[in-house]
Amino acid sequence: MSVVEIIRFAVRGLIANRLRSLLTMLGIIIGIAAVILLTALGNGASQYIQGQIAGLGANSITVLPRQPPDTAGTDGRPLTQGDVRALADPQGAPDVASVSPVVSLQGTTVEAGRARTDATIIGSTPSYFPGANIQLGTGRVYTEADVTAGRKVILLGRTVADDLFGVGSDPVGQDVLVRGVPFDVIGTLAPAGQGQGLSNPDENVLAPLTAVQGSLTGFGDLTQIVVQARSTEAQAAAESEINSILDRRHGIDVPDNRDYQVLSARQLADVLDDTLGAFTLLLAAIAAISLVVGGIGITNIMLVSVTERTREIGIRKALGAPPSAILGQFLVESIILSVVGGVLGVAVGYAGTLVPLGDFRPVVLPSAVVAAVGVSAAIGIFFGAYPARRAARLRPIEALRRE
Amino acid sequence: MTAGTGTAPLEQVPHVLDVRKLSKVYGSGETAVHALRDVDLTVRRGEYVAVIGQSGSGKSTLLNMLGCLDAPTSGRYLLEGLDVADLDERQQAVLRNRQIGFIFQAFNLIPRTSALANVELPLVYAGVGRRVRRERAQAALSLVGLQGREDQRPNQLSGGQQQRVAVARALVTTPALLLADEPTGNLDSASTRDVLGLFDRLHAAGRTIVLITHDDEVAERAERVVVVSDGRLTEARARR
Ligand SMILES: Nc1ncnc2c1ncn2[C@@H]1O[C@H](COP(=O)(O)OP(=O)(O)OP(=O)(O)O)[C@@H](O)[C@H]1O
Ligand SMILES: [Mg+2]
Repeated sequence: MSVVEIIRFAVRGLIANRLRSLLTMLGIIIGIAAVILLTALGNGASQYIQGQIAGLGANSITVLPRQPPDTAGTDGRPLTQGDVRALADPQGAPDVASVSPVVSLQGTTVEAGRARTDATIIGSTPSYFPGANIQLGTGRVYTEADVTAGRKVILLGRTVADDLFGVGSDPVGQDVLVRGVPFDVIGTLAPAGQGQGLSNPDENVLAPLTAVQGSLTGFGDLTQIVVQARSTEAQAAAESEINSILDRRHGIDVPDNRDYQVLSARQLADVLDDTLGAFTLLLAAIAAISLVVGGIGITNIMLVSVTERTREIGIRKALGAPPSAILGQFLVESIILSVVGGVLGVAVGYAGTLVPLGDFRPVVLPSAVVAAVGVSAAIGIFFGAYPARRAARLRPIEALRRE
Repeated sequence: MTAGTGTAPLEQVPHVLDVRKLSKVYGSGETAVHALRDVDLTVRRGEYVAVIGQSGSGKSTLLNMLGCLDAPTSGRYLLEGLDVADLDERQQAVLRNRQIGFIFQAFNLIPRTSALANVELPLVYAGVGRRVRRERAQAALSLVGLQGREDQRPNQLSGGQQQRVAVARALVTTPALLLADEPTGNLDSASTRDVLGLFDRLHAAGRTIVLITHDDEVAERAERVVVVSDGRLTEARARR
């Protein structure tokens, strides 16, 4: 009996039991599609977030004050304008492009007529915009002159503008009250979308440093200093220059005792990379589980299929089918099921990745495709072979007696 | 025990079937059923034997054993001088395929498969090519009067038609030994006559036939009738 004959029997068997064949394949299709889709989601999310981090301004470095660990109770030295001037010195810090002193106040009430909302007000200098990678929406950015004169001009984040003046409005030229102090709106920020960086820039309002200090915070310490490195490559060098200058100015002997902290998008990217790795692993685990569940489905249906057709096997044996022909027929059936199911599963999974999800698109991992198809084929063949082998060994009359 | 009293010297006649002290017990312990008890039977080449007996007496059990579909609990069974117990699975499959045509009491057609494909099946396992297979299967179907019904499936055929497909399937390989378990049980008198006529011709052509029946008219046609009662075999009569 030839292989062609065996394949013909297998195909005929599958067609004769259309519904069952389809259901079996459905299990495989879902399993494989799930693996491809979930890993593609993880991969796409990872690429998307990496893109977002790049958008944060790869050259941006933030210096924050912090409590030195072994001086509990006594505050460290705050960040001051003196620090800003020292960092801006091209002699001491040749890799620094710009330095922006920042004061900020969270939960500040902003009002326009009857409308009011809470925002974070950030006072800084014009170099803060490129330094923190803030994009202008409408109007203009405040200037050095505005800072020098302490003019009460303000730029609103998109959410704040929407809350106060209506969705999509352009409030340039209007007035707002920030904790009762009037400011002229000179611009809005481009919508950043949720979750760019650690806080939401859409909920910020930006004004000249001097105006914020003069009317709201007083001329005291800085909340943070935003430094822009000359280039992405110069970032590490800029970070160490910042460390050495501030260590000297703050009298720090060992890095552990620092009363300030240097953060950069580079570091953030490292942390997020780790997080994303774990996230992708989680998705892969879920996908693997769905594949196993699919595999159990195949096994189950193969067992049912063979059991249900034990009588047919008995007839075939009685007519002189050798055990190898019986085994071959069922093996080929399960191979066809897993291969066709596998191909369809890849197609469905791939089609699923074409559906755009918000801003990011899933990216198919070729290795996941190979693994999913390989595993399901292996499961199908192994678990198809087992019941078929058992059936092929039955005595014809025993097989015939099964109903 | 041998049969054919008054015929040629037994030693010189090759026995197609030679059954010695064959027993079959189903189950064990309290519920054990002794379906066959120490049955001896020899059948010469070309003999036409009818097996009769009450329902549940063990006829089918015996025939299954003769068809290598089941293994005895004890005793020996020689087919063409070969001890079947010595053959492995594959060899037994070849034996069933080439030597034996088996007609089941319950037809045993493969469901959802056309009459033609059912009849072709033994030829497929014999390795016969497609075209030849088709021709021979069609010829076998016309022999049982089913030409034109090749593409019908078992569930689209009457009981008698299914029986005849089963007969065609058993004949298609032109086996030397034909074993039939009530082949006319589901046929009307006309079809019965057709099938029995067919058996007569096969017998005349030298085939060995062992047939189970309840019908005296059917048993009439055989050269020899053996009776199974309660698992024991007795010779009823020898004719011709
Ligand atoms: N698989 C089995 N398990 C247990 N007992 C069985 C089995 N098959 C048959 N028997 C018993 O063996 C005995 C002989 O059965 P068998 O089928 O050979 O009878 P039969 O002579 O062919 O009857 P019928 O004319 O009704 O077909 C019966 O008592 C039956 O109950
Ligand atoms: Mg019976």
